[in-house]
Formats: sequence, C-alpha cells, structure tokens
Amino acid sequence: MKSKVVVLLILLSLSVAGCATTQERLFDSDSSQVQLRSMQTRTFDTRDKEKTLRTVISTLQDLGFVIDKADAVLGTVSATKLNNYAVRMTVTVRLRGDTQLAVRANAQYNIQPVTEPESYQQFFVALEKAMFLTAHQAD
Amino acid sequence: MRRPLPLFIVAVLLMTGCQTLPKDALSLSPESLAQRQIQTRKYATTDEAQVLAACAGLLQDLGFNLDESETKLGVISASKMRSAVSAGQITAAILFALLGAPMPTDKEQKMRASVITRPAGDRGEHIAVRVTFQRIVWNTQNHVTTSESLTDPKIYQEFFDKLSKSMFLEAQEI
Repeated sequence: MKSKVVVLLILLSLSVAGCATTQERLFDSDSSQVQLRSMQTRTFDTRDKEKTLRTVISTLQDLGFVIDKADAVLGTVSATKLNNYAVRMTVTVRLRGDTQLAVRANAQYNIQPVTEPESYQQFFVALEKAMFLTAHQAD
Repeated sequence: MRRPLPLFIVAVLLMTGCQTLPKDALSLSPESLAQRQIQTRKYATTDEAQVLAACAGLLQDLGFNLDESETKLGVISASKMRSAVSAGQITAAILFALLGAPMPTDKEQKMRASVITRPAGDRGEHIAVRVTFQRIVWNTQNHVTTSESLTDPKIYQEFFDKLSKSMFLEAQEI
C-alpha cells in the first residue's frame, strides 16, 4: 500500500515538473518565434490599411466574435468569441514592402495559446474570401 | 478495484495539457450569412460619425457603459453587469434544498455589445450598422455557467427599432 502511494507521489511530482515556470508561461517559451510568425502571418497585395482593418473586423464578426477594441493608427483589432469556450484573438495589419500589407493574427483558447497552423489557416481562408484577394504565405 | 482511481487521476492530469481549439471555431459556419443579415441594418446617410454617435447614445439608453471606441474604423464596444437570477432556477433550488441537496443558481452576468459601422453600397451611399451581443453568467459559487453569443433575432429586431428612434432623437438634438 505504501509503495503505491510513493509511486503515485512520484508520478504527481513528475507531472508537476512538466509544468512551466512563471517565466516560461509569461513568454510561452516552448514555441518557436519564427514558426509562430510564419503560421500567424499572411501578406496581401494591397496598401489600403483602413479597408483591410474593416474587412478583418467584419470577418471576425462573421466568425462569431464580438469586437473588444480597435486602433486605426497602430492597425490592431482584438475580439472575443464565447461559445461555452472563450477564444480571444488579436489581429494586426502593417505595411510590408512597397506593395503589400502583412496581416498577423494570434489567438488563445481558454487559457492556452493556439499553436496549430490549421486554426490560423482557417481564419485566413475566411479573411481571403472577404478581402477578394489571395493570402500569400509570408517568408 | 483500487487501481483505476490513481490511474484515472494521472490520465486526467496528462489530458488537461492537450486542450485544443474546436475545429470549427475559426471557420465560417453555414449560418454565418443569416446571422450577418439579422445583425445588420443599412441607413441612407453618408455621415458615419453621426451614425456611430447615435449608436453610442442608444447603448447609453440601454444601460451599457462604453469600454472602447475607434471612430476611424467605426467601432464601439460596451458592457454592463446585471443580475442573472431567474425565477425557475430559484424554485428548483428551493425544491432541491428541501430534499437536502443545495444547488448553486445563476447570480450575475456580464453583457457585452459591439457596434461596427461601415460605408456600404456601390458608391458608399449607405452606412451599414452591425451589432453583436454576448454574455457570461456566473453562479452563486462564482463559477461561469454560461458563455455565449446572443443569436435570438428578436433581440436584434428590438435593437434596430430603438436605433431608428435614437437616430431621430440625435437629428432633433434631443
């Protein structure tokens, strides 16, 4: 009986050891910056930042998000979707080169960062339709 | 017979690390077009700022406080805290309490609204207004029991009826 308790305690401490420190949580240190940027970013052949931001806002609404805040100068939009879970998303729009805009989105699902490329791909597919423009993978 | 429980605990500990986004969370649903139509009205004006001001006035009429706004993009977000107590739940809770099984009931809710305006029509001769509502409900033990988008068309019908009134009042400077 005692040995079982010891085994259980060891397993428990192992699973706790698998947990991240505050610093790792703060910076989500387990994910690669380069990989994240590549899955979260697409470029579009337009320079119209305001129109793109408005399209991002209406796409988020179509996806069931309620807009929390937006800033035209900084080019950011934040929104939340509640469906017995909570997804919070921030989208930024920046000028890129002389002919393009870069759109970047990051999301969290409840208390987890969203790190699956498929989820971002779905978002950009919806955005592409609303933009009437092709989303290019940024390099 | 005792083994399954520790195993179960370990399994749960391991599983909590693998929560991922539901597959359809970021893709357009078949209902999204219908929802957009329910949540949108067009007004025959080109003055976006004035429409936005009428929306802000209406949200105040409805008891909301504004959290954020960005006139350049036609965005207002607002929220309010309200009671979530419902007679049905209280009746059920009393019945359960009489049976010796106390039951938490819904206590309060945060109700959020965002209003988005944008020029619409071929030459931008209309302003389209889209409003969306959502709420989070907490029970007497401070647990979230519901978090949802409000999709009942009647809610949106009433909002836009009131918005028409608000536009009129703003125009008359009342």
